Amino acid sequence: MNAEIRWPRNDYSRVPFRLHHDEEIYALEMERIFRGPAWSYLCLEAEIPSPGDFRTTWVGDTPVVVSRAKDGTIHAFVNRCSHRGAMIVRELRGNAERHVCLYHRWCYSGSGELTGLPFRKGLKGEGGMPEDFDMKTVSPRKMKVDNCAGMLFGTFQPDQAEPLESYLGEFGTGIIRRFLNRPLRILGYSRQLIAGNWKLYAENLRDTYHASLLHEFFVTYGVDRATQKGGVKMDERHRHNMNHAFAATDTQEDAKAAYADTAARLDRMQLRDRKLLSFANEFPDGMNLAAPTFFPNGLLIQINNSLATRQIRPKGVGAHEVFQTVFGYADDDAAMTRHRLMSTNLVGPAGFVSMEDGEAIEVVQKATRSAAGAAAIVEMGGRGPLRDLAHRVTETPIRGFWSYWAELMGVEPAGAIR
Amino acid sequence: MAIDDNRLEDWVELFDEACDYKVVTRENVEQNLPNVLMWCDNKNMLRDRVESYRQVNLYNLHYDRHVLGPLRFVKQEGSAWTFEVSYSLFQTELEGASRLFSVGRYRVEARVEDGVGRLKSVSVVADTGLVPSLLATPI
Repeated sequence: MNAEIRWPRNDYSRVPFRLHHDEEIYALEMERIFRGPAWSYLCLEAEIPSPGDFRTTWVGDTPVVVSRAKDGTIHAFVNRCSHRGAMIVRELRGNAERHVCLYHRWCYSGSGELTGLPFRKGLKGEGGMPEDFDMKTVSPRKMKVDNCAGMLFGTFQPDQAEPLESYLGEFGTGIIRRFLNRPLRILGYSRQLIAGNWKLYAENLRDTYHASLLHEFFVTYGVDRATQKGGVKMDERHRHNMNHAFAATDTQEDAKAAYADTAARLDRMQLRDRKLLSFANEFPDGMNLAAPTFFPNGLLIQINNSLATRQIRPKGVGAHEVFQTVFGYADDDAAMTRHRLMSTNLVGPAGFVSMEDGEAIEVVQKATRSAAGAAAIVEMGGRGPLRDLAHRVTETPIRGFWSYWAELMGVEPAGAIR
Repeated sequence: MAIDDNRLEDWVELFDEACDYKVVTRENVEQNLPNVLMWCDNKNMLRDRVESYRQVNLYNLHYDRHVLGPLRFVKQEGSAWTFEVSYSLFQTELEGASRLFSVGRYRVEARVEDGVGRLKSVSVVADTGLVPSLLATPI
């Protein structure tokens, strides 16, 4: 299979809408990115703390089990029985020494090796599997798993993949350690099904231009404005990025000048209950908003004291699930846990500063179905070379995303920037 | 009814000043995890949410339709009544297509004084953990 893509420009400042609608491209992405050499975010180590613990997850459209073996090592394998293809583990989570497929009771170890099957030697000397059937050669496909400070990543192509450390770069490993600086407490999950291609969500996370425009709550109540100090950072390959802002680094006057349309509202509207916006600075860097995003499917997000990971789960070419794991720290007291949960009102499917993303992505998907020959404009922040910016009105990381996407897909234009 | 008629301000008035409104999912409840989709622990927070919907937030344009029942009485202690009721919530787009948006159960504590009932606590446990599109107007 070979997708031919006509990029209008080699710096990805035009992105064909077709890439969000083409079934063939979707199938190639699953193969070359999610089952290719990229490192996908799996789950947090804190979700499988004890030997035998497991969770089911998705890497692209592939169902995967992440488990901790008796010796404490962490494994990930395709959740599909070698025999006839049934999903082996159907629960979301649990603790088990072995997993048994419901269909014909083929049996797998906690780390995913086929260890036995009923009637292998037949019954009363009749039937059974051929003598030379070798269980070892048919175990489900394994991922290589690596752990960065408690955030688990996996790849299906360990021979082609870079080591995780260099894949994430100093940028990635540094920011993960910043978030996961001590033992975690998992507070729970949320899920959202957005009727749009998964790459529209990946773009959304790399688009600091939209943040304070689409999410007017940010500006109106002063949680996050482009007038605050902040910017975007990328790794050296420009595939990951981080939008960030520092608390209380602008004035009401700066904001009014920048957001003329909403200026009137800035004075008029006040929350009756301000605790929703209260921020207890808990990181040495003073950031109140940080959203480091890791190609292709993971991110960490801090909005004030609400902390979470998100995993993008593509669900066919026209939909994706956003799976969010909300956490705090094991040493949080009851008041801090309550405050984090209160802050969670800001994020997630019903979040004051996130609900609009679902709608924006769905209306793009709806309106671009009929625009196969047209392309999106990605020029805010400039054309040409990809670089970090110390301001917040930019879409440059979107171009970074597409440059690495095109490299893995083998569809870079002539003279492509990276 | 008030939500279905887009009278969100009237919906807020059904609550006591000291009240609690929470939307959680069954997936979290069954794992004993406290995460919330939406949480207002007093009436001012409900007022803030509704004002934000009216003036600040942008979301999918739709009609809501709640179908309730059966209702199960849990207990009465003085003027406080506790009951549980299942719900189905349908959303209809402006072009007329309807979908099942959420199904689950309310646990409600209401106080009746001088013949007027006020909501003290509404806890929505949604079976539908996979929120279609987004959750804006309350359940």
